[in-house]
This record gives sequence, structure tokens and C-alpha cells, in this order.
Amino acid sequence: MANTNSISKGVLVDLTHCIGCRGCQVACKSWNERSVKETTMYGNFTNPPELNSECYTNIRYIEQEKDSQPVWSFIKNQCLHCKNPACVSACPVKALRKTAAGPVTYDFSRCIGCRYCMLACPFYIPKYEWEKALPWVRKCTFCSERIKADMIPACVKVCPTKTMFYGNYEDVLKEANARLTKNPGKYVNHIYGKDEAGGTSWIYLSDVPFESLGFDMKIPAKELPDLTWAYITKIPVVIVGVLAAGAVSWAITRRNKNMDREEKP
Amino acid sequence: MNSHQEIKLWTPLTKVLVGIMALGILIILYRLVAGLGAVTNLNDRFPWGLWIGMDVLGGVAMAAGGFLIAGAVYILNMKKYKPIVRASILNAFFGYVLAATAISLDIGIPYRIWHPVFMWQIHSIMWVVAIHVVLYTTTLATESSPMFFEKFKMEKAVKFVHAILTPVVLFGVLLSVLHQSSLGAVYLIVPAKMSPFWYSSQLPTMFLASAVMMGLSMVSFETIVSGRAFKHEINMDILSGLARGMVIAAVIYLGMKMWFLVKGPGIAAVFSGSMEGIMYLLEMVISVFIPIGLLATKTARADMKRIFAADILVIAGVLINRLNVAIFGMYRDAGVRGAWYFPSWMEIVVTLAFISFAIVGFKVSAKYLRLFPESDSKS
Ligand code: SF4
Ligand code: SF4
Ligand code: SF4
Repeated sequence: MANTNSISKGVLVDLTHCIGCRGCQVACKSWNERSVKETTMYGNFTNPPELNSECYTNIRYIEQEKDSQPVWSFIKNQCLHCKNPACVSACPVKALRKTAAGPVTYDFSRCIGCRYCMLACPFYIPKYEWEKALPWVRKCTFCSERIKADMIPACVKVCPTKTMFYGNYEDVLKEANARLTKNPGKYVNHIYGKDEAGGTSWIYLSDVPFESLGFDMKIPAKELPDLTWAYITKIPVVIVGVLAAGAVSWAITRRNKNMDREEKP
Repeated sequence: MNSHQEIKLWTPLTKVLVGIMALGILIILYRLVAGLGAVTNLNDRFPWGLWIGMDVLGGVAMAAGGFLIAGAVYILNMKKYKPIVRASILNAFFGYVLAATAISLDIGIPYRIWHPVFMWQIHSIMWVVAIHVVLYTTTLATESSPMFFEKFKMEKAVKFVHAILTPVVLFGVLLSVLHQSSLGAVYLIVPAKMSPFWYSSQLPTMFLASAVMMGLSMVSFETIVSGRAFKHEINMDILSGLARGMVIAAVIYLGMKMWFLVKGPGIAAVFSGSMEGIMYLLEMVISVFIPIGLLATKTARADMKRIFAADILVIAGVLINRLNVAIFGMYRDAGVRGAWYFPSWMEIVVTLAFISFAIVGFKVSAKYLRLFPESDSKS
């Protein structure tokens, strides 16, 4: 099928553009019909302080000092829609899927609520409706319904400073590289998400070191599902091995056993 | 005499246990109506807590004795262990029923527990684990069924199960090896989240080795306790054999643990005074160092008191290991910006209720079923 949707979409978040207006947060909430959870002042502008089941995206506010001047950074935070997502491989019932168009989507009707996806995600993205008796896993959908209808994600659309560059993943990556080469010295020389967790559909550029902005630099540059798949592919070997060893030892001891067969409890 | 009718069931201890079970059932009902948030302290940063760490990971490890003893007796024909094979299998059966119940309560939507059987995802360790639980619980039920069939004098059924027992036991051994290691494999996907004290590529093998230690200790512990309680002779030969097996597993396990400690965080990190270091040290001292020390020599392994002490330490130590993997090893990464987890009193009571159920259930079985057929002649 040669429509645009068969090509995987991506987003480049250029943190140097963001002014921290939170328009994306509001747009996301209204498009996804999320309610609000009340928060209290706690000495930081990040609100809510963490993503939660009613909040798929937030802006992290980080103040640092550079040449004894305060420098603010605003970091848009949401599911990164990994190319080979840990959450998808973790889900025992295929409630989570990586779609060809890019978004990692969730089907509540399959979900059993084991929350292995939450454990597996290296970015702590999936959130749970703890207070409900029939809880959903909640996270950014990459506006998959909008993408299907050839619209752009709500947060991308509403941003007044074009912080987010949306398009086919190849073009998005090309754009990121182009910005790096065209503006020497402006950015730190790293595209976050290009390699992390084997690559994500959402990638980041920053003028401040990523580690100082709360990005996890420990995440290995390989697809996490490979770690568990390496174990799963060994299972057939174990099956053959144990059965063969068992059968052989049973055969060896069989003669002795025949004598007291009647005795078996 | 067929069973131990003389066992007194309604003791003060039993009354306390039944009381805890009653409270546990109330909390479980409340959990079903009000949801996980009302009952547990679980949160978005700590999606798994006591029920997974203790009831599921710990319960399954405790059940390892079942496949080890059944395999030794029915496949390797080690007749020595025949007197304890029924008790071990029944114990494993209880362990799995409890673990399965705990999982069903822990998942957000309990009535969908059957989904993995029909909705396959072979890339998911959780799916692998779910299928194992289903298959192995069925296997254990089959293995322990002769006891029940005997009770109700269903001789044809007894004969049938005996005819298929060896392949069933072999199947059980296979499933157990896979299942014990799969529970470790669950955590392979969190290389960046879990503390390097516990994360390693050999988590599955280490889970298996420690489950063998735990399983043998559990069987040994039970043999001693039930021998005392039901006043039948305790076979020292069996206990020494179990102790020897436990020490061998512990030495292998220790080797692996040390290898990954040196390769990873390094020995000095253990003594840095961090919470992780302390938990790691506690786990290792209790689960490995003291038990190996206690049972290192052949003469030591003829001393029931030493064996009993080592059993308790190994059981406690491996439980701490499971809690470290499930909870404490996650604090470093997940416990930021005020996020934390400690089980609520209701989570603790439900866990205690599960343990109570296992103890009472085992007692009832010992009274009414031929759990220790070999002791018949002696009593
Ligand atoms: S960021 Fe987390 S939730 Fe999003 S796709 Fe990747 S693993 Fe899944
Ligand atoms: S909680 Fe639901 S979506 Fe997440 S892994 Fe479990 S079944 Fe899948
Ligand atoms: S892509 Fe859609 S769901 Fe995701 S953060 Fe943006 S608006 Fe929210």
C-alpha cells in the first residue's frame, strides 16, 4: 500500500526552540480528553511533576547556571515511540503494538493489567489508573488516530515556536543531522533517541548536555527486546536437552526400577 | 494406618492463621471492588511490589523442591528420597496455587487472567511465564492426584496416573527448569533500571540455582518440622543428602554472584554504606555464606540442628534476594523525586494470609492424606 501511512513517522524535538508555554500540554489534554489531577506548589514549575494516567506529556523546567547567569531549559516529555519497543515485547497479550505508521498503540480490550510494560519501558512512560477497578495503561498515543486521518499530532500542531518537526522518520533524522552540521557549536553533538534503546521515533536536539536535563544516558544503544529474546530462543535447546538427559537417565535406571515397580506409591 | 488422624488441627496457632486468612479474604474482596490503588502502595514508578517479589517470585522458588525430589525419585531412581516425595510435590502444588492466585490478584483486571492462553505473544517473557504457570500447576495436580484418588478409593484413577507418572514427572522437571529461570529472565529487559548489584545477563541461571538451594532447604525444613510434629522418625540420611545438594548449588551460585560482582559494581561497592550495598551483603551472608559455612563438612551435615539452621537461613536469604531484585534493586533508578515504595499493611496481611493458607493446607493434607506412606510401618 503506497499511502503516506505506510511510512513510519517521527518527530524531532529541538529543545532550543521551546519557550515553556505548555500549549502542547493543553492541546494533548484536550485532544485525548484527559481530566486533571490536582497538584500543589513544590518549588519547581514542572506541573504535574511526573506524567500520570491523565497527562501524556509535560514540560520539564530546569534551571542551571552558565557563566554565573541562570539558564532555563524546557524539555518536552512523552512516549518516544521506540522503533523496537521494550513495552511491546514485554506485553504478554499484544495489547501494545508498534504500528507501521510509527505510533505505539494500546488496546484495552486485550490488556490484563500485569504492568510488565511499565517495568520494561526504560523511560518510565506507561502509567496506570491505580484508582480504578478496571484500570487502563495510559500513555502518549502519538495521536495515532490523527495520523491515520492525515493530520499532524495535536502537540506538534499547536506549538508556536515550531519546537517539533514532524514527518517521515528518515526526513526527521536528516533534518536533525542538517541542524547539527549547519549550526556548529549551537548544539551538543548528540541526537538523543538516534541510538538509545535501539532508536526511537521521537528524537531530541539540545544546546545543554542531555544528562543535565534528566535524560537517562545509561540506556544502552541496543534494542532492549533482544535481551529477553536471547533467552527465549534458548528455550527449545533446554527442552531438547532436559528431555534427552531425562530419558537417558530414566532408561539407565529402568532395570532396577522394574523390580520394584509394584511398590510405586 | 493410612493417615495421621491423631494430628490436632484446631490448635491456637491454627486459629491465628485462620484469623489472618479471614482478614486476607476481606482485603482481597476490597481490592477487587476498589482497585489496586486503594489496597496497595504501588505507583507508576514502582509498578510491582510485595505480591510479585514475595508471593510470586518467592513462592515459586520455594516450590522448587517438588520437581527436584520427584525427578530424583522417578527419573534418577534415587529411592532414598521416596519417603518425602509426596510431601515435596504437595508443597510445590501449594506454592504454585498461591503464586497463581497472587498473580491473579496483582494484575489490574483479574478476570482476564486467561488472556495469555489465547492471545499469544511469544516475544514476551511474561507470556512464557504465564503459560508455564498454567502447565506446571496442571502437572503438579496430576502428580499429587494419587493421594486424593486413594483417599476416595478411586483405584482405576490411581493406576492410570501411576502408568503415566514418569513422563509427567519429566515434563514437570522441564517446566520447572524453564519457569524458575524465566522469572529471572523477566528482568533481563531492565539493564538500565536495575542496580548492577543484581542485574546481569545470567539472571535466569542465578534464579534457577538459588531456587534449587531454596527448594532443597524447604524440603529439608519441612521434613524436620513435620517429623517432629507428627512424631515419626526423621531419616538423617535424607537430610544429609539434601544438605549436600544444597551446598553444591550454593557454591555454584556463589561463584556466579562473585563473578558478576567483580565484573560489575566491584567488591568495594558492597561496603560503601549505601542501602544497596547493605541489602546485597545481608542477602549474601544469610543465603550463602553462613549456610555454606555451617554445612561445609560431612560431619556437619550429620547434625540436624545445623541443617535446620541452614535451611531457615537459605529460605530467608533467597527471599531477600527476590525482594532485592523486585524492589530494592529498583530504588536507585526509580526512587527519584520522592518516589518510593514500601508495602501497605494490607499488602502485608494478604501475603501473610497466603503463607497461613499454605501451612494450614499442608497440615490438613498431612492429617487426611497418605502424605508420608513410608512412615506407616514405623508408627
Ligand atoms: S518510550 Fe516506553 S512506552 Fe514508549 S514505546 Fe518506548 S518502551 Fe514503549
Ligand atoms: S499491563 Fe496491559 S499493556 Fe502492559 S504489558 Fe500487561 S497486558 Fe500488556
Ligand atoms: S503526540 Fe498526541 S498524545 Fe502524544 S504528546 Fe503529542 S498530543 Fe499528546
